[in-house]
Amino acid sequence: MARTYKVYSIEDGTVIDHIPTPLALKVIRILGLENEGIMTIGIGFNSEKHPRGKDILKIENRELSHEETNKIALIAPDATINIIKNGKVAEKRQITLPSEVRDILSCPNPNCATNKLGARKHFVLENKGTVTYRCRYCERATVVNADMLTKK
Amino acid sequence: MVSFNGRSIVSIRDMSHDDLIKVVETTKRVKHGELSGFLKGKTVATLFFEPSTRTRLSFESAVFKSGGSVFGIANPKASSQSKGESFADSIRTVSGYCDVLVIRHPVEGAARMASELSSTPVINAGDGANQHPTQTFLDLFTINESFGRLENLKIGMMGDLKYGRTVHSLAHALALFGNELTFISPPSLQMPENILKELDDRNVKYKSVADLEDAENCDLDILYVTRIQKERFGDPQEYEKVAGIYRITQETIRLLGEGIRVMHPLPRVDEIAEEIDSMPNAIYFTQAHNGIPTRQALLGLVTGGLD
Ligand SMILES: [Zn+2]
Repeated sequence: MARTYKVYSIEDGTVIDHIPTPLALKVIRILGLENEGIMTIGIGFNSEKHPRGKDILKIENRELSHEETNKIALIAPDATINIIKNGKVAEKRQITLPSEVRDILSCPNPNCATNKLGARKHFVLENKGTVTYRCRYCERATVVNADMLTKK
Repeated sequence: MVSFNGRSIVSIRDMSHDDLIKVVETTKRVKHGELSGFLKGKTVATLFFEPSTRTRLSFESAVFKSGGSVFGIANPKASSQSKGESFADSIRTVSGYCDVLVIRHPVEGAARMASELSSTPVINAGDGANQHPTQTFLDLFTINESFGRLENLKIGMMGDLKYGRTVHSLAHALALFGNELTFISPPSLQMPENILKELDDRNVKYKSVADLEDAENCDLDILYVTRIQKERFGDPQEYEKVAGIYRITQETIRLLGEGIRVMHPLPRVDEIAEEIDSMPNAIYFTQAHNGIPTRQALLGLVTGGLD
């Protein structure tokens, strides 16, 4: 049954809205918050933008930095961020693609130094419109997708 | 003022327009004998994790000609690698024994990784299908030597444009100068989409054609030929057909214009008929020989022996 936005509100922390369903868990992975603190996850709410619905993530008692929230743009560029303080929205934040991405994306090229020789995973933004990143090592350009997220 | 002292030569992507000019100009002075002995007291290590006798000898010759000394580990896998020493440890160790490290490795990005671990500059002598920057530098030098310029040229590239790293890097470098490019290849071996995209981003004029005849009216200054590898074709008959079409003969030269210069990174198989070798159009042997002054210049620049 369809239901509109209603997840209980938090007093302090970060609310991430408009994540296309079913990427909420991947957003948690991008942020490296798998084993941290209290979170509320809402999956599959009605959304005009996303035909399959949207996910909402509420992270309690933690104000994410711009560096952290920008990583979300890699898989959910339309996501919006609200920083909550004392039960009120203290900051509405837009996200932009990070110019460089370390560790969290794997290079799809099996013959890349990051996969063969243990070089640290490192991508550089190539094209914002298509969300294309170039591997610092094998220098191949790739359109980012959720499958490239490293498994922990 | 461009300085290369202490810098690693990993990829053509790291090079600016002025960097490329600097290397070409320095190579010219080395070739003309204006600069010599600039590697005196310097030690160069060559670390080849896969064999490439041609490239290794070219580097070693370049070191000797510039007064330096060189030691090589021809097959590092057979020595320390098999004892379980990691690639990273090999680089850290060997870089302490030399003033510059020349590395060839089958893994893409190995040279970049080495440059981050090494205490001395690293020169990439080929990392898998990725980069072979000294080849691109010697190509640029050869073009400049033949035409006196690197801009406003019409350059055709023919053969395996899909997998050929040489033509990818050369197209990338030529894009910095404003040249017109014509890509001649079978449909299955066309220039990859992402390289064309990059050329678009830089407003480079180019076109792709399937037949040499279509290049007839292009008024090409240079035809850069690369080898089409048999392994790229599942069907041997298909390979024979393609190899027959993309072959340069005297007839081709007449068709494309007597002024055209033919280049090739060598070794060739039969994509250029031997009858071309003695014609003034053939500059591929000069091109190969230019590898020595080019590598001399690069070694001198990164070690501070030249500035
Ligand atoms: Zn890579």
